[in-house]
Amino acid sequence: MGPARKRAVGGRCFRVGVYVPPRFPASWAGVGRRMRFMLLFSRQGKLRLQKWYLATSDKERKKMVRELMQVVLARKPKMCSFLEWRDLKVVYKRYASLYFCCAIEGQDNELITLELIHRYVELLDKYFGSVCELDIIFNFEKAYFILDEFLMGGDVQDTSKKSVLKAIEQADLLQEVRARDSEEEEE
Amino acid sequence: MPAVSKGDGMRGLAVFISDIRNCKSKEAEIKRINKELANIRSKFKGDKALDGYSKKKYVCKLLFIFLLGHDIDFGHMEAVNLLSSNKYTEKQIGYLFISVLVNSNSELIRLINNAIKNDLASRNPTFMCLALHCIANVGSREMGEAFAADIPRILVAGDSMDSVKQSAALCLLRLYKASPDLVPMGEWTARVVHLLNDQHMGVVTAAVSLITCLCKKNPDDFKTCVSLAVSRLSRIVSSASTDLQDYTYYFVPAPWLSVKLLRLLQCYPPPEDAAVKGRLVECLETVLNKAQEPPKSKKVQHSNAKNAILFETISLIIHYDSEPNLLVRACNQLGQFLQHRETNLRYLALESMCTLASSEFSHEAVKTHIDTVINALKTERDVSVRQRAADLLYAMCDRSNAKQIVSEMLRYLETADYAIREEIVLKVAILAEKYAVDYSWYVDTILNLIRIAGDYVSEEVWYRVLQIVTNRDDVQGYAAKTVFEALQAPACHENMVKVGGYILGEFGNLIAGDPRSSPPVQFSLLHSKFHLCSVATRALLLSTYIKFINLFPETKATIQGVLRAGSQLRNADVELQQRAVEYLTLSSVASTDVLATVLEEMPPFPERESSILAKLKRKKGPGAGSALDDGRRDASSNDINGGVEPTPSTVSTPSPSADLLGLRAAPPPAAPPAPAGAGNLLVDVFSDGPTAQPSLGPTPEQAFLSELEPPAPESPMALLADPAPAADPGPEDIGPPIPEADELLNKFVCKNNGVLFENQLLQIGVKSEFRQNLGRMYLFYGNKTSVQFQNFSPTVVHPGDLQTQLAVQTKRVAAQVDGGAQVQQVLNIECLRDFLTPPLLSVRFRYGGAPQSLTLKLPVTINKFFQPTEMAAQDFFQRWKQLSLPLQEAQKIFKANHPMDAEVTKAKLLGFGSALLDNVDPNPENFVGAGIIQTKALQVGCLLRLEPNAQAQMYRLTLRTSKEPVSRHLCELLAQQF
Repeated sequence: MGPARKRAVGGRCFRVGVYVPPRFPASWAGVGRRMRFMLLFSRQGKLRLQKWYLATSDKERKKMVRELMQVVLARKPKMCSFLEWRDLKVVYKRYASLYFCCAIEGQDNELITLELIHRYVELLDKYFGSVCELDIIFNFEKAYFILDEFLMGGDVQDTSKKSVLKAIEQADLLQEVRARDSEEEEE
Repeated sequence: MPAVSKGDGMRGLAVFISDIRNCKSKEAEIKRINKELANIRSKFKGDKALDGYSKKKYVCKLLFIFLLGHDIDFGHMEAVNLLSSNKYTEKQIGYLFISVLVNSNSELIRLINNAIKNDLASRNPTFMCLALHCIANVGSREMGEAFAADIPRILVAGDSMDSVKQSAALCLLRLYKASPDLVPMGEWTARVVHLLNDQHMGVVTAAVSLITCLCKKNPDDFKTCVSLAVSRLSRIVSSASTDLQDYTYYFVPAPWLSVKLLRLLQCYPPPEDAAVKGRLVECLETVLNKAQEPPKSKKVQHSNAKNAILFETISLIIHYDSEPNLLVRACNQLGQFLQHRETNLRYLALESMCTLASSEFSHEAVKTHIDTVINALKTERDVSVRQRAADLLYAMCDRSNAKQIVSEMLRYLETADYAIREEIVLKVAILAEKYAVDYSWYVDTILNLIRIAGDYVSEEVWYRVLQIVTNRDDVQGYAAKTVFEALQAPACHENMVKVGGYILGEFGNLIAGDPRSSPPVQFSLLHSKFHLCSVATRALLLSTYIKFINLFPETKATIQGVLRAGSQLRNADVELQQRAVEYLTLSSVASTDVLATVLEEMPPFPERESSILAKLKRKKGPGAGSALDDGRRDASSNDINGGVEPTPSTVSTPSPSADLLGLRAAPPPAAPPAPAGAGNLLVDVFSDGPTAQPSLGPTPEQAFLSELEPPAPESPMALLADPAPAADPGPEDIGPPIPEADELLNKFVCKNNGVLFENQLLQIGVKSEFRQNLGRMYLFYGNKTSVQFQNFSPTVVHPGDLQTQLAVQTKRVAAQVDGGAQVQQVLNIECLRDFLTPPLLSVRFRYGGAPQSLTLKLPVTINKFFQPTEMAAQDFFQRWKQLSLPLQEAQKIFKANHPMDAEVTKAKLLGFGSALLDNVDPNPENFVGAGIIQTKALQVGCLLRLEPNAQAQMYRLTLRTSKEPVSRHLCELLAQQF
């Protein structure tokens, strides 16, 4: 037996036929088509933002992030933006030093997800004014707020740039007033 | 530009982040973080009440630390406090912390829920949105319980702001996905559907997602969304690229909404309303047309958005699977993409074509791209694209191109990435078996597989080749010769030794006549590999040796010598030792007769679904098999095999009686393909062996029925003994059946009476009854004109072999039919044996001097001779199990063409002729039936099972009968009735 082929002793070719009622393929069972999570990480493998749309334990999250970063970072530039990973499809794109990476379910539309990433980048760009990785590091909470205005539960909430940014800017106006008068004793 | 510049927010936070970034080592970072944590902790614990700003800042720092990957075990309460702040940014940070960090800490959840409740009631749209986001982000059951009833109200309230509606829709969607039972359906659902008409595109976008999810469980409640979605889509598709302002993305109008609408439509069958359907088809055509237009922008975003819609359109076309024209256009479009310079498009085209290959309308069109796909397999630089190409080749494979595809895949295998080798091996093995015309090609292919990628050839694959060789005596000699040659290679893979050992042990005698492969040569060839092999293989070889003693008595002394050697008899491995001891004793104690019996050639294996296929599907997840041309059936039958895998505990405790021959664990000589427990093995051999050929014997009930009087007053037998062949013109004399003949025939599969045909001149009515293998049919020919028909002659024709299968005796009718009159013709029918095609009814007459002729299919189908059979669940399953050869089962998965009504279905199944059995299927939604087809020559037991899936609007129908063509035929007949 080849080294890679160790299987449980129970693996048998034929199964003695207890009649087990067949089930419909799982793909029919109200397939969810949605995003499972979104990650932003740098070329050095530093996670910059993570958004999970399905309850996942902290341990599992860390494992998935580590694994997926490895897979994506190993890919060469001209390769396809989609790859199958575990039971998910990963759609990713690199913008300068940052990888934007979405995991969607197999049925979902890959190209529109790719453009969803792009629209998010545009939103960041518009908000920060030619966004760079540092903006996202120092203003991570803003990056989250913008993402939340754009996506909810993994679904697009509004695709209009104007509506999303309007919501964020309103909040900023409130914030600035407060920020000014507390600058003295910061730590 | 926004009113803020970067980093203005919380200076302390920015300083902290810079500090962390300046840390030179991991240790320094941890040290800095611990210092900060201590600081924050003391601030939180301190006597001085913190103001909202400081709280916000510290909570935000904690969040940052958490996102760096450190654990945070305090600060939750401060975050919850922020929720009740009336400052937006403080609240916002509080919610962010909660949504990132909170798990179901019940104490906290109660407090959080309180805050949310207040915000939802605040009527401040920004606060409401924050609260809704939090619910969606956490999405826990407790939150669902608290708010699931409120959110629908917010969603449809007339005074909700658009942004609140959007958030409410998606929040509800999230809750529904997490716990559908918590979301009460009600009158709000109708109003949700009408959100599709909303002025605000953002609201529509959010609502479509919600509806798409809700309608899957309750398709009827949301039916009206189809026409609304179509008209919305149509408006988008036909709008100019600037009409939708901010919702136009790189000159593509509302791509997200379009994709979502197309997705929603995939939850339903094609619209029944002709106008809606027309409008939709127009949309789909417009999208396909636009793909050919020159791009409005060179930006990749433009083409991506456009193509996202295109691919979703193609998915819908494939989903409908009813518009051949569109399917072929879709295929051509994908064909163009196969050679596109964008890797992404090539990938998606390959993927999408895979599903197209399984449609009968486009299978041929897909096949024309075979060379491109093979080329992709060879030249693509990205393994995920190559994998798609391999999938597509697999999907487009059929008898006509199997040899080419298999040989290309084998060639590819030599250089394939390790990651996909096993899958390719499985695929090759399946295709080779499925499309093998001659089995020597199959054997060659599998041995090639082992040669090229032995490590990746799983047990299933080599077990399978053994099964097939054992079951087909025409290939055994060839197989023995081929493995013998393959074993000559100085370094051959261990799997090859296993296959070789097994086959030579069984069929080595077939090549023993050739001195080059005489018994001693065979033995020493095998034994030369022995010492390099693993324990499992050595155990198998020992079994081969004992088989050799029986096959070739001249090798007995040598083999006994091997068994007796200390390395065997005192082997440290208990399995090997036991085999050596037992075989040695067996060979010396037992007489030749006993030996011959014990070591007899293996009986044929019962046919089952290929376990390789099951394995592939396990690997790929559901739907993987759907790529095969009849893959739909494969994809679903997976579970039959997969579900009954024995647990390891049964394996490790073989029955003591079986131990004698050492039939344990590793592949034993008696049945390598079933290396599980010997106890199971015995069951396998004895209950399913060839002696227990499945057939439903006559039941007492049947014998009783057969004594009933035949339905006809005169003895049909006497009449049938003298059929009137002279009256029957040969099939060549009559025209082909009219195009709608099949459709007309279908109408009568489940009923016996009705109008068979009608045009301006003639109406033909049918009344019929069937009992046992006999039937009587009355045909009523009505002249609808006022002019007499002359030379009126209806005749029944038996095309092909039907003459020997079905006897139809007709009575002549008058040659003239007066205007407005009706004549009747009586047919006596006897089913001699099973048949597939119905007899033809040819009607000729002259009307006003012009000859008229018409050929129909007579509504006599095999199911008319069904005898319903009642049986208990236990009997049903036993018979079901007996009928488990792959060919005895026919299965179809198909879309519902009629509304799915259980009562109607029931009536149809009863009309079809089988008995309906209650309490057999564990799922009460399913239908199970049984019956016996009565023919003069034989009886065919039939079991059927129909599984409706209301959600997908599909059925799966499975037929098992003791005769293969009957299963298929019944399945086809019945499938068209729903």
